[in-house]
Amino acid sequence: MQKYDVTKTAIKTFSQPEHEIALQTNDLHVYYGDHEQIKGVALQFERYKISAIIGPSGSGKSTYLRALNRMNDEIQSAKVTGSIMYRDLDVNSPQVDVYEMRKHIGMVFQRPNPFAKSIYDNIAFALRRHGIKKKATLDEIVEKTLRQAGLWKEVKDSLSKSALALSGGQQQRLCIARALALKPDILLLDEPASALDPISTSVVEDTLTQLKKDYTLIVVTHNMQQAARISDYTAFFYDGYALEYGATNQIFTQPKLKATDDYISGNFG
Amino acid sequence: MNVKRQDKIATVVLYLISGMIILILAALLLYILAAGLPHVSWHFLTSPARAFEAGGGIGIQLFNSLYLLVLAMLISMPISLGAGIYLSEYAKKNWRTTFVQTAIEILSSLPSVVVGLFGFLIFVVQFKFGFSILSGALALTFFNLPLLTRNVEESLASVQGSQREAGLALGLSRFETVTRVIVPEALPGITTGMILGAGRVFGEAAALIYTAGQSAPALDFSNWNPFYIASPLNPLRPAETLAVHIWKINSEGIMPDVAAVSAGASAVLVIVVLIFNLSARWFGKWLFKKMTGGD
Repeated sequence: MQKYDVTKTAIKTFSQPEHEIALQTNDLHVYYGDHEQIKGVALQFERYKISAIIGPSGSGKSTYLRALNRMNDEIQSAKVTGSIMYRDLDVNSPQVDVYEMRKHIGMVFQRPNPFAKSIYDNIAFALRRHGIKKKATLDEIVEKTLRQAGLWKEVKDSLSKSALALSGGQQQRLCIARALALKPDILLLDEPASALDPISTSVVEDTLTQLKKDYTLIVVTHNMQQAARISDYTAFFYDGYALEYGATNQIFTQPKLKATDDYISGNFG
Repeated sequence: MNVKRQDKIATVVLYLISGMIILILAALLLYILAAGLPHVSWHFLTSPARAFEAGGGIGIQLFNSLYLLVLAMLISMPISLGAGIYLSEYAKKNWRTTFVQTAIEILSSLPSVVVGLFGFLIFVVQFKFGFSILSGALALTFFNLPLLTRNVEESLASVQGSQREAGLALGLSRFETVTRVIVPEALPGITTGMILGAGRVFGEAAALIYTAGQSAPALDFSNWNPFYIASPLNPLRPAETLAVHIWKINSEGIMPDVAAVSAGASAVLVIVVLIFNLSARWFGKWLFKKMTGGD
């Protein structure tokens, strides 16, 4: 692999925002034991846009994403420093109620992970736990989110069937619907289409493009075409740093850094 | 010798080995059933044992076995669930956890007669419970707990980690995720393990000889007040179980039909354990379907 001088070019600060910012991180570091996986990342994510995070394997893009709603808390050896500003709240502060916060910052994972419950209960389950018990309300949210995720037509007659009987692409859209049911502000998606076939991928991508009307999406992907197709902004991660960040078509047509250019033109990955 | 031939030979050898095991087991089972079933009748299943004359039954022993089983499972199920959930979901992966896990493993290979003597010293002598159902149930708990705990732990661990992430990412607490997502998904495995454990407890003799005792005093099936001395539910009465009864009459039985009683009791024991095992499978499958919403 080529060597790039990453410490000089890494993004450490940003200028004053011109648009409404949904989430921003300052000097975010993630350590797994003694290993520093994310080495100080400063990024801003604009509201109602899709921001893509691209970069080679091991560049820390998934680790960074998982830090944003504190999923790294579940890993015993993980430690996160720096701040993650959501509204006026530092998500990374120990006083934050992570469970409440995760209702606002939802997440969809790489592999579809529906619960071994019915399609209906996959969505209604978390709602019930958060106190929504009325059948009519639940019905309404289930239908609305399944429509948003582009799954309603396919499953409306089999809501009581096991979610595990769905295809991979359908399961992933169910997971998106499930996350939307909590009405999050921000949806984090960790390579949401990487385990899917091309047709399912394109359906999921359409779904995401539809969703940005109401949600702020941050998508990690190793698929550059996908980033180019769906995102408004793209961040290029390399070796634990965010090297370049900008409007997607600028990143893909006129990258400022050689590393970005090399990665985008497929010289390494 | 080419690969195909090797494979054939290996297959034949494996078939022979498994065939032999099945043959031995089937022969044993058939022998016990053939020798015992002719002596089993409604009278045999319901009437009390007789010490000196022919025509006694195993009614009280059968009831004792079942009652003891229920008590032992009532005590050990919640404890093993709690311990298994803790070990699988909460315990940090460090030397202390490994130590506990190793201790449980060692405990599970403890000979049941040792468990019995331990129970005798602690519950019968020290706590002055005497030879009683309670002492027996506690000894059986010690006997069964390690295996049940391991079973719960393993069943939970086999649920994919992505399910935990799914729960947490939806803003559920860890406790909610464990109790509402992980445990239901592991329930078929847990249930199967519990029922199999129940079968083991039902057939256990050595752990009970010095704890639940070797006598089966007459029971008054018309009085179910647990504090009444002859009540079937009294936990402080001595209670010889079916397995202990078989062991006892074979070593010192003096009734004229001792062989027939022993054979009949063995057949009943085997059948009950078989029922446990088969129902474990059936119930596990049924539960899985029910929990996962499949039809």
